[in-house]
Amino acid sequence: MTINVLQKIEALDFNKSSYKSISEKTHWKILHDNDNVVRLLLDKKDSSTNTLSADVLQELDEILNNIEATLPHALVISSAKSGGFCAGADIKEFKNIDESGMIDILNRGHAVLDRLASLKIPTIAVIHGHCLGGGLELALACDQRIGVKNDLEIGFPEIKLGVHPGLGGTFRLTRLINPVDAMTMMLTGKSVYNGQAKKRGLIDDLVEQRHIENAVQAAISGDLKKHKHSFKSFILNISAARKFASKKMRVLSEKKAPSDHYPAPYALIDLWETFGGSIKKMQAEEVKSFARLLKSDTAQNLIRVFFLHQSLKSAAGNHSSIRHVHVIGAGSMGGDIAGWCAMQGLTVTLSDQKKEPIANAVKNTEKLCLEKHKSEIETRATLDRLIPDLQGKGVCKADLIIEAVPENIEIKQQLYQSIESKMKNGAILATNTSSILIGQLAESLENPARFMGLHFFNPVSKMLIVETIHHTHTSDDVMAQMLSFTRSIGKVPVTVASYPGFLVNRALTPYLLEAITIVEEGIDKKHVDAAAKKFGMPMGPIELADQIGLDVCVHVADMMADSLDKPMVKIPDSVRKKINNGELGKKSGQGFYRWKNGKAEHDGIVEQNLDDQITDRLILPMLDACVECRRKGVVKNIDHLDGAMIFATGFAPFRGGPIHYARARGIDDIVKTLDKFSHQYGDRFSPDPGWKDL
Amino acid sequence: MNETLTQNGNSSSATESRPVYIIDGARTPFIKARGKPGPFTPVDLAVQCGRSLLLRQPFRASDFDQVILGCVNVISKEMNPARIAALRLGMGVDMPAFTVQINCGSGMQSIDTAYKYIRSGESNLILAGGAEALSHAPLFFGQEAVAWFASLSRGALIDKIKKMFRFNPKYFKPEISLKHGLTDPIVDMNMGQTAEKLAYLFNITREQADQYAVSSHKRLHRAQQENFLANEVEPLFSRYGQLYENDDGVRPDSSLEKLAKLSPAFEPPYGKITAGNSSQITDGASWVILASEEAVKQYKLEPRAAIKDSEWSALDPSIMGLGPVLSSTAIMKRHNLSLDHIDLWEINEAFAAQVLACLKAWNDVEFCKNVLGLEQSMGEMDRDKLNVDGGAISMGHPVGTSGNRIVLHLMNAMHRLDKKQGIATECIGGGQAGAMLIERV
Repeated sequence: MTINVLQKIEALDFNKSSYKSISEKTHWKILHDNDNVVRLLLDKKDSSTNTLSADVLQELDEILNNIEATLPHALVISSAKSGGFCAGADIKEFKNIDESGMIDILNRGHAVLDRLASLKIPTIAVIHGHCLGGGLELALACDQRIGVKNDLEIGFPEIKLGVHPGLGGTFRLTRLINPVDAMTMMLTGKSVYNGQAKKRGLIDDLVEQRHIENAVQAAISGDLKKHKHSFKSFILNISAARKFASKKMRVLSEKKAPSDHYPAPYALIDLWETFGGSIKKMQAEEVKSFARLLKSDTAQNLIRVFFLHQSLKSAAGNHSSIRHVHVIGAGSMGGDIAGWCAMQGLTVTLSDQKKEPIANAVKNTEKLCLEKHKSEIETRATLDRLIPDLQGKGVCKADLIIEAVPENIEIKQQLYQSIESKMKNGAILATNTSSILIGQLAESLENPARFMGLHFFNPVSKMLIVETIHHTHTSDDVMAQMLSFTRSIGKVPVTVASYPGFLVNRALTPYLLEAITIVEEGIDKKHVDAAAKKFGMPMGPIELADQIGLDVCVHVADMMADSLDKPMVKIPDSVRKKINNGELGKKSGQGFYRWKNGKAEHDGIVEQNLDDQITDRLILPMLDACVECRRKGVVKNIDHLDGAMIFATGFAPFRGGPIHYARARGIDDIVKTLDKFSHQYGDRFSPDPGWKDL
Repeated sequence: MNETLTQNGNSSSATESRPVYIIDGARTPFIKARGKPGPFTPVDLAVQCGRSLLLRQPFRASDFDQVILGCVNVISKEMNPARIAALRLGMGVDMPAFTVQINCGSGMQSIDTAYKYIRSGESNLILAGGAEALSHAPLFFGQEAVAWFASLSRGALIDKIKKMFRFNPKYFKPEISLKHGLTDPIVDMNMGQTAEKLAYLFNITREQADQYAVSSHKRLHRAQQENFLANEVEPLFSRYGQLYENDDGVRPDSSLEKLAKLSPAFEPPYGKITAGNSSQITDGASWVILASEEAVKQYKLEPRAAIKDSEWSALDPSIMGLGPVLSSTAIMKRHNLSLDHIDLWEINEAFAAQVLACLKAWNDVEFCKNVLGLEQSMGEMDRDKLNVDGGAISMGHPVGTSGNRIVLHLMNAMHRLDKKQGIATECIGGGQAGAMLIERV
């Protein structure tokens, strides 16, 4: 290998600063330089990212004590972690805490940040990488903020956990920048990146890493201008304007996060509308509102979802040695997988017998880059890395081959036979099949140990979960490599055993079929979809079936009906007829719904008094299938099951996952209802034996 | 005679130098410029065929010693396109790369430069190509307009306002750089006019030129139909989902009658050179991989051809089209070869009349004696050996690329037709020419 010159030079560190004194606390480094400027480096112990836990704040309080006493020339706060400034509060501290306990913690935190904010010397936060939630609240308590270029991300994601900022963010941000912008940031939880952060006034300057020191000096000497509060922002903060804007915000929030299930956005809007005129009052009410929200089921379940995500992710290593992925089959799944991997920086060869699907995949990848706000250079690099490979030359060079050809066991096995001998030593072969057992496919292979399933969901760019499916002979090393590969491309792996439908389709199919059956019984499809959405599903099952493709649904259902012990509902002839007529759903423009520009046409109004029985008929078969998968060992870890269902199907996140929901509602109640349904509608509802073990 | 030559290599100084092989090569389809910038820049084109070419090699992209790319109309966002292409092809930050420019010979100049680096032992593995997107040739404003723009930013406000009124509408008449580029600044003739001059001097008729053009289209069409270009042309995929599989300038239905209807493009009404018997303006790129014996052994490569010799010549810019006769003859003389010894020829079809003038020159005793210093004429070239699968008239002439393409295609055609040695040569705007002798391995 050649020498990486840049890396070597960086290691020389010619710019090392010298300090008069350096002292270290558990989580903070304190550096005194020769100009009597104190630099505080947040370096959370035993953690790769900084979080603003109670002990970090406690230590900061002690440090501020000292600073108040000695009054140095200025105080500069930054992070010692390469990844970013601070990722926010330590969410572990939000679990199992009562309302008054939370209020205590918050009040102590507020006191520390208030103390920082009222220091009589210039205080400057130097922010690089992510600066989220509590981290941003810490930065907001400083006089000025300097952002470091390239991967700066600033935001308040609290709303995604069912709460709003609680360490002063609500009143400090609405005072610093345009209050409507501030509220939008907090209501959507969306981050602001790089130049946008400066434009909005979140930071006073955005500089290259190499100019931080000069920018800090400018801030200390007063040469770096503070972001000015515009007249418009002032007007928007007066009572009448707040009333008007709040009304609009409530309407918008209702569309994204209905108030029935998600109280936090409305609590935040109320907070600003009512108390936005007074910093003191808003601060006091922020604490109360936060503590109130935190104890809600929604927040506790969303926090649970956060940890499910962490737990699924941490089941995978964070280093992947896969550099070159070869995808066979440029259909919608293969093409999207290839485009996604290319965007994640991997070299991708995409092969197909026909050129047109590859051309289509290239087009879709360009669109993906656009959707993901990639720069022109990043987009070009992504497209350069996505190499059309009509002769399948990538097979010999790839570290990983993902097969995404039609769901036909002979076609797949023939393909494997033609490529297996050409594969590089140590290369892995994975199939994206959704309906064929992995073990069955492995039979044709010389070396089944390096073969497994890697099941992506449609649309690849939006669905977080990838099922990593082993058969009895898949080697542990191959599994481990695929888990970290999945993580490295920004997806969340869930390990499942080879079982009809694996986990997600096994659970989802009865739900979709039951929905179709109810429609067949004469209930309006919109009514059925509305019942599921009321439960908290992001999309109704009929619309989802259309989106997946009715042909795919029926194919998977037929396969499952053949191989599962549990009876499946008969697929109505009318649906098979639809498929024969080419009414496949979204992809053909017509399924149960008419589809235009990738969206189902919803005409007419749905009646509001929805029948709970329909909801149970839809949801309970899904829960029952999950219990079956648990009993059969398809998934080892119940939390992983809940997480996979949430991230793959959008299963009402605020309910914390199917099993969590079942437990919260009461296992007995569910079993009783299933029993009732099985008498009413047939054996497909008879409760799985696994319920009694929960 | 042939035998001894192949054993000894060049009779000149090259005898003791190392053999140089061509391993493989690929090009894009040549896409006709259709009045607006095409979907690909020169580097886009170079990257698209380059990555397919690299993918099928047993070595890594970073194993090359350097990259050399010919490109005439470099666009402002791609200065030194060779290096940008190398980086975009993932060849590593430490890959040296430079761009060469000798107008229509650029794509061959890159091969020749690589050939000499390897021959001398300085390099072992070089990627040499050509890239051109004539549809991107920029519009620009004349010098007067530029001066006026610049003057606006100087002086006091009142001066600026005064200057505003000095605007002349003709400043905004954009000039096409392509038109400039195709006009010789020394003799003030555009390339078509130099072909007119040759047609006149060698008494090539309009009909002969048109006939030549028809056969170019027929030959390329046949090559496409019979899949002769299968491993040579790699399809292009645009980011908007467009797919370009073939050279799209080919007109299978071309005929004398149709071509006869066209008016002279450069010297109406009496000229002979029309759009139909001239090369087409197209976008395209091409690469070949050159390797030393050492690299062949190291990576277990299978050479497809060996480069035996090359030559560059120059003459009066107003008859630039005759250049191939000079450069090719120099090589033939050095190796004691006659036209008959060369199994296959690629003479870049800048203009039909220009190719025909070359053939006529070789077949003329006086010309051969007086100009080439031969004792007799070279004789009549067998047309079945010349541009067997069409040329720039049917597929187009992306100027920086063509010289590379003819070497690549010559190599592939020699394999298909089981031929031993061939010459690829092109005329070069400005009054030059390049030629290269290669031998099938």
